[in-house]
Amino acid sequence: MSALSDQLVTYAILAYLVAMISHAVEYALGNARAVQVKAGAPVRELVGAGVGDAGGIVEEPATVPAETRPSRSAARAVVAGRIAAWVTALAVALHLGAVVTRGVAAERMPWGNMYEFVLTVTFIGAAAWLAVLWKQPSLRRLGLFLTLVMVLLLAFAELKLYVQVTPLMPALQSYWFIIHVSTIIFASGIFLLGVVPAASYLMRAGWEQGKRSFPYTLARRLPAAAGLERLTFALHAFAFPIFTFAVIAGAIWAEAAWGRAWGWDPKETWAFISWVVYAGYLHARATPSIKRNVATWISILGFLTMLMNLFGVNFFFTGLHSYAGVN
Amino acid sequence: MTTVDDRPASPPAEAPRRRVNPVLALLRNSWRQLTSMRTALILLFLLAVAAIPGSVLPQRGVNPEKVNQYFVDHPDLAPRLDQLGMFEVFGSVWFSAIYLLLFTSLVGCILPRTRDHVRALRMKPPAAPKRLDRLPQHAVLEAPAAADAEAIAAVLRRRRWRVVVRGNEVSAEKGYLKETGNLLFHVSLVAVLLGVAVGSWYGWHGNRILVSGDENAFCNTRQQYAEATLGPRVDSADLPPFCLTLDRFDAKYLPSGQAARYWATVTVDQPGGAKRSAGFSVNSPLRLGSANVYLLGNGYAPILKYTDRYGRSQTSTAPFLRTGDPNATEEGMAAFPDANVDPKTGKRAADQQVAFDGLYLPTAPDDPPFVSSHFPEERNPAVVLVAYRGNLGLDAGIPGSVYKLDQRQIDNGKLKQIGNKKLGLGEKWTLDDGSTLEFVGTRPYITIAVRYAPGQTLMLGACVTLLAGLMGSLFARRRRVWFRISPPEGGSPTSGSSLVEAGGLPRTEHPGFADEFAQLVAAVSDDGRDDRRAREGDE
Ligand code: HEM
Repeated sequence: MSALSDQLVTYAILAYLVAMISHAVEYALGNARAVQVKAGAPVRELVGAGVGDAGGIVEEPATVPAETRPSRSAARAVVAGRIAAWVTALAVALHLGAVVTRGVAAERMPWGNMYEFVLTVTFIGAAAWLAVLWKQPSLRRLGLFLTLVMVLLLAFAELKLYVQVTPLMPALQSYWFIIHVSTIIFASGIFLLGVVPAASYLMRAGWEQGKRSFPYTLARRLPAAAGLERLTFALHAFAFPIFTFAVIAGAIWAEAAWGRAWGWDPKETWAFISWVVYAGYLHARATPSIKRNVATWISILGFLTMLMNLFGVNFFFTGLHSYAGVN
Repeated sequence: MTTVDDRPASPPAEAPRRRVNPVLALLRNSWRQLTSMRTALILLFLLAVAAIPGSVLPQRGVNPEKVNQYFVDHPDLAPRLDQLGMFEVFGSVWFSAIYLLLFTSLVGCILPRTRDHVRALRMKPPAAPKRLDRLPQHAVLEAPAAADAEAIAAVLRRRRWRVVVRGNEVSAEKGYLKETGNLLFHVSLVAVLLGVAVGSWYGWHGNRILVSGDENAFCNTRQQYAEATLGPRVDSADLPPFCLTLDRFDAKYLPSGQAARYWATVTVDQPGGAKRSAGFSVNSPLRLGSANVYLLGNGYAPILKYTDRYGRSQTSTAPFLRTGDPNATEEGMAAFPDANVDPKTGKRAADQQVAFDGLYLPTAPDDPPFVSSHFPEERNPAVVLVAYRGNLGLDAGIPGSVYKLDQRQIDNGKLKQIGNKKLGLGEKWTLDDGSTLEFVGTRPYITIAVRYAPGQTLMLGACVTLLAGLMGSLFARRRRVWFRISPPEGGSPTSGSSLVEAGGLPRTEHPGFADEFAQLVAAVSDDGRDDRRAREGDE
């Protein structure tokens, strides 16, 4: 069972890789057409149309002048994008299989060490991406960044974090393990997904302001900035209460397990930091005088603190939370 | 929303100018600054940044040994960091200053907002704007089923809008929950902090090792703890009386050596009750009402019987401490300061004291080297000891560790090494002067923390309201709708049908508002018939 899980992880990585390449093809073909568009219509107009839309996200094609008829490469781009989305769905299915078989092999929830943790967090992120895609297909191009994140994280987990299946140590044998860890994983997965529109928004907003240097050019074919920003907020607003609950559940568990609800153990300290930074994001976003891109940077900072907690604390510090299985 | 720093500046000074006390003005301005969202944000970030050294540097409250180690490793840097409070970040002046300022800002923010909110709750939804067609949502209903103001109001009330009818106009508002939730959330934050404060003032905790056996029973007094911290409002005499005896300790290990289960069985002796037996474990502490007992660690105390050259025996059951080895190798010492007292004179010879230090291995390997255990469970227990004779330095008045020999005595030659040996269970070692040491057996011990933490119930309650408030704050949405009924052109109200105009305004970001508005308009058109249908559908 455990070997099956390992195989499924490998296949999932490959599938994400294929999806990523497919997205890249979509992107490249799209760019070919963007050149045509640029020749036909001044960019400013495109921007105006994208931002002014109130309801949802408008893909640039909506503003393509009538005389530029969709070229063959544009049609191919759409096909490549659809393939990418379906392959991503396949990858998520393989990923789920990997998580489940790992849990079956260990005869417990598959969250006992850092390898399993990363495996599950990435699964949540990818599955939530499919849900977002289902509701807003126009966001499909973000898939390029999402699959890139998936490939990197999963490959890192596979190469650096992998450990054999082992049962839980006594400290983890509690129903609070399921409550605390599942919610942390869920919230982390959504925060992870939230980084994709956040970073895309920052690039796209720069592009819409006429910046044409390197990272901004990546955003040429992305959906309009306003919609990306709203998605960023929606994902963070969704994840934040869950994360809050997870931290509270952790404190309740810590009271039973270690005799104190909160002891400023490195993991706890970084959870506190993440929480404060994300609360800062929500405040900044609710304050009209603070620019949206400042707020969005705060959300990215929030995710960096989450990464610090996951990787930094497990590798550099020792604390009561030393269950990662890395030495 | 009502963010403080976005309020319009105070109106231009057209009113007769009054002399303003500069001190008062300064205070008022500072207060405004402090309670602005921008300041709150900056303080939030300072708080996050200030917490970082608390995770990078060892903290006294978390791991005092590591702090000492840090002093050894960085003799120059450590004292300076210490002066800055870097080893007690979360109790330091600057950390406290940040969060106290933040919470002052928070209270300064909550109070006026609560006042405004209560006012808003009592206020009626405002009158309709002149031109409903300028609102983000607008619709014209021709011949709706609910054609008069009261009928429309009824439809809205059924959908839990706050409604007011003014003549031929209906105003309705919904989503006060957002601000209510938000205030609840922020008040809960203050309550959590209060809980922390109560806990640190009135709480106490202590740690110690409890070796099994009646003679090692522990009673809850301050002296009986290896280390204890009492809150500023707690006196040693306030510690509730109870005694604990460790009867058994059970540990199960997997073949890999990983621990699978721990269980401690103790006898509890509390005033006003008979002695009773109780069990506890990691994740399920012993709750005594007046305090909780937590299982933090465990190990074995070797029973070492020393028979001196005059034939008198003494037994040590000093616990040996785990070295951190997953296979439970332990190190420690057994000291016999009263050894070799001449029975004739009864005089204690300060240079004839005896001590042994070394390792205890629950599962010793069959062959040397005997440096670490091969399994955490007792399968082949052994001790590997070095014997010392001389002056242990216990009389010097300097409190020494009970787990380590005084290295200074060895360095200055007053304590001499006289041999070393590995002893299996029941084995005896005869020293050069004919005295003997026997490894009789072991006793399990547990490391416990005893803790009383008032304020935790308050904190838990506050966390629940905090979450509820947060959800309301994040997911509720304020919006307003208006309906205006125009009488049919020219005719009397009874002839022909009237025209109803509707407008909607989301007051906070609300992507689904258009749908909601459309449904609402449909419901008014049908006079809530689809409501009824929906309800029937539910059944
Ligand atoms: C301990 C420090 C604080 C924390 C952890 C905190 C956390 C939060 C969180 C998580 C939200 C929900 C975000 C949202 O509704 O969009 C929020 C909202 C809000 N907070 Fe705070 N807060 C703190 C201090 C303050 C202070 C000092 C103020 C006043 C200056 C303040 C004013 C607000 C306001 C006005 C909102 C509503 C934003 C909106 O319009 O939705 N908060 N806070």
